[in-house]
Amino acid sequence: MSTTMNKPVIGILGAGKLGTTLARLSTQAGYPTLIASSKPASKIALAVSVLAPGAQAVTAAELTSQAQIVILALPLGKYQTISRQGLAGKLVLDAMNYWWEVDGKENIFSTPTHSSSELIQEFLGESTVVKAFNHMGYHDLDAEVGQGKDGQRKAIAIAGDDAATVRQAAQLVTDFGFDPVILPSLADGIMLEPGSPLFGADQPKAQLQEMLAAFPESKLGKEISTSNQDS
Amino acid sequence: MTTSDKQLVFGLDSFGDVPDDLATDAPVSYEQALQQIVTEAKLADQVGVDVLALGEHHRPEYAISSPETVLAAIAAVTDRIKLSSGVTVLSSDDPVRVYERFATLDALSNGRAQIMLGRGSFTESFPLFGYDLENYDELFEEKTALFNKLLAGGTIDWEGKFTQKLTDVQVYPKLADHQLETYIGVGGTPDSIIRAAYYDFPVILAIIGGDPARFKPYVELYQRASAQFNHPAKPLGMHSHGVIADSAEEAYEIAWKYLRRSMDRIGSDRGWAKMTKERFDFEVKQGSYYVGTPEHVARKIADKMTKVGVKRFDFIYGAGGQTAPVREKTIQLYGTQVIPRVKELLKSGEYHYE
Repeated sequence: MSTTMNKPVIGILGAGKLGTTLARLSTQAGYPTLIASSKPASKIALAVSVLAPGAQAVTAAELTSQAQIVILALPLGKYQTISRQGLAGKLVLDAMNYWWEVDGKENIFSTPTHSSSELIQEFLGESTVVKAFNHMGYHDLDAEVGQGKDGQRKAIAIAGDDAATVRQAAQLVTDFGFDPVILPSLADGIMLEPGSPLFGADQPKAQLQEMLAAFPESKLGKEISTSNQDS
Repeated sequence: MTTSDKQLVFGLDSFGDVPDDLATDAPVSYEQALQQIVTEAKLADQVGVDVLALGEHHRPEYAISSPETVLAAIAAVTDRIKLSSGVTVLSSDDPVRVYERFATLDALSNGRAQIMLGRGSFTESFPLFGYDLENYDELFEEKTALFNKLLAGGTIDWEGKFTQKLTDVQVYPKLADHQLETYIGVGGTPDSIIRAAYYDFPVILAIIGGDPARFKPYVELYQRASAQFNHPAKPLGMHSHGVIADSAEEAYEIAWKYLRRSMDRIGSDRGWAKMTKERFDFEVKQGSYYVGTPEHVARKIADKMTKVGVKRFDFIYGAGGQTAPVREKTIQLYGTQVIPRVKELLKSGEYHYE
């Protein structure tokens, strides 16, 4: 395990399947890691100690005050429970997706011209939101981590507007064990959402880039192009 | 390390997929699909399968929305096989009525009823029965607590937020001399494992994709949680999809046509891209699909049961419109060849699966 010296503290909001998986990747990469859910820290402590050894279960308030980078891994429909003030000034990685079984039959979070991460950026006005870790299933994140050398590892796409924070996010993705693929803007993150051929993608960098290049020809790609012409 | 036969349980699970008609390739009627399940249950009983678990779904591709009604029909024509749901979506049902129905099934089947409670991977039942998805977790939490009280079989006093107030009531029919066997079906949510340990319910892990070994930490979590609640941990089980045929090629072709179709259909509702051949082959070789000859499937089951750390394996058969003869073939081979072979392999500990 690499040293935790000088590494930023990672805070993961959400202690379900995705949250505990990301916490495990984070501790494996040598980052000091905090994890919190809507429950008291004592309620998730056992699960965290078994599923993400080394990560610390805390309250959401403790997490937002101590973490330098926060990863959102809670159900998208609960985004309004996130503390805007607590996350002000921080880099926030949005790994959430619309999932109808828990978020409701109607996708009220994204449209072909407005990704759910843009909605989160609007809600968290004083944070910098970067979309990351959303397109690969949580069990693939677990299985693929650190497989192969650079260039053969599986890729995670990142979408953000601010070059400096996107670089930080890319470093995190690299340290977690994946190759980053950087999209030009946060709005481009729509290409990684449910309904896109990239949703679920578990591919190396070159294949993921090919899929991105082919995206305009996909059903969602065409819908986006039509919506843009209409507006 | 060797495992004694007696602790092992082998089940067959169905979600009630409507089979395709052999001649037309179109789905048969719901009437035919339900009667086919009864025919298959008789076969499973004859070939020595321990338990049949039927899921509750409210979607066009599945015929079973009321598993316990189907199980009652099966009870009348079988002798030995245990009759389970898999799962009963307790959150969108009335725990008292659920308990009454399974107590009835238990009486009619001479104590062969089991129930598997779960939050369900689909949530169509919420709007259908007038429940709000907003309360997804709270509903399951509260109703599990009430159901646990009902299992004790005595006088009930109860007050909850989403359920009826009960004062000094009894629920009938009473079970003769035992409690209703109750399991929790879990898809990988850590809280669900801990909740099951709290109530001392054994867990069946739904392992429907990826490397099964990734579920091993959940077994440890269940054991550690049970210790924290001061009772010995019950043995866990797992259920996964598969197709068994005389030749590997035939099994692969069936799975590629039907199992993949079923997965793509479910996946597309969730916005996932279609399954690639690479992914499908991974699932067949290292992942969660048990597809091939009886010998191959037996070796893989023995290997994965050991790696995950479970004592029960439920084979989900017939996914995605497989025709009646194909479904029956899987059941036949599972009961007559795979189950005895897995027991043999686990007993000797001498098997190899890559």
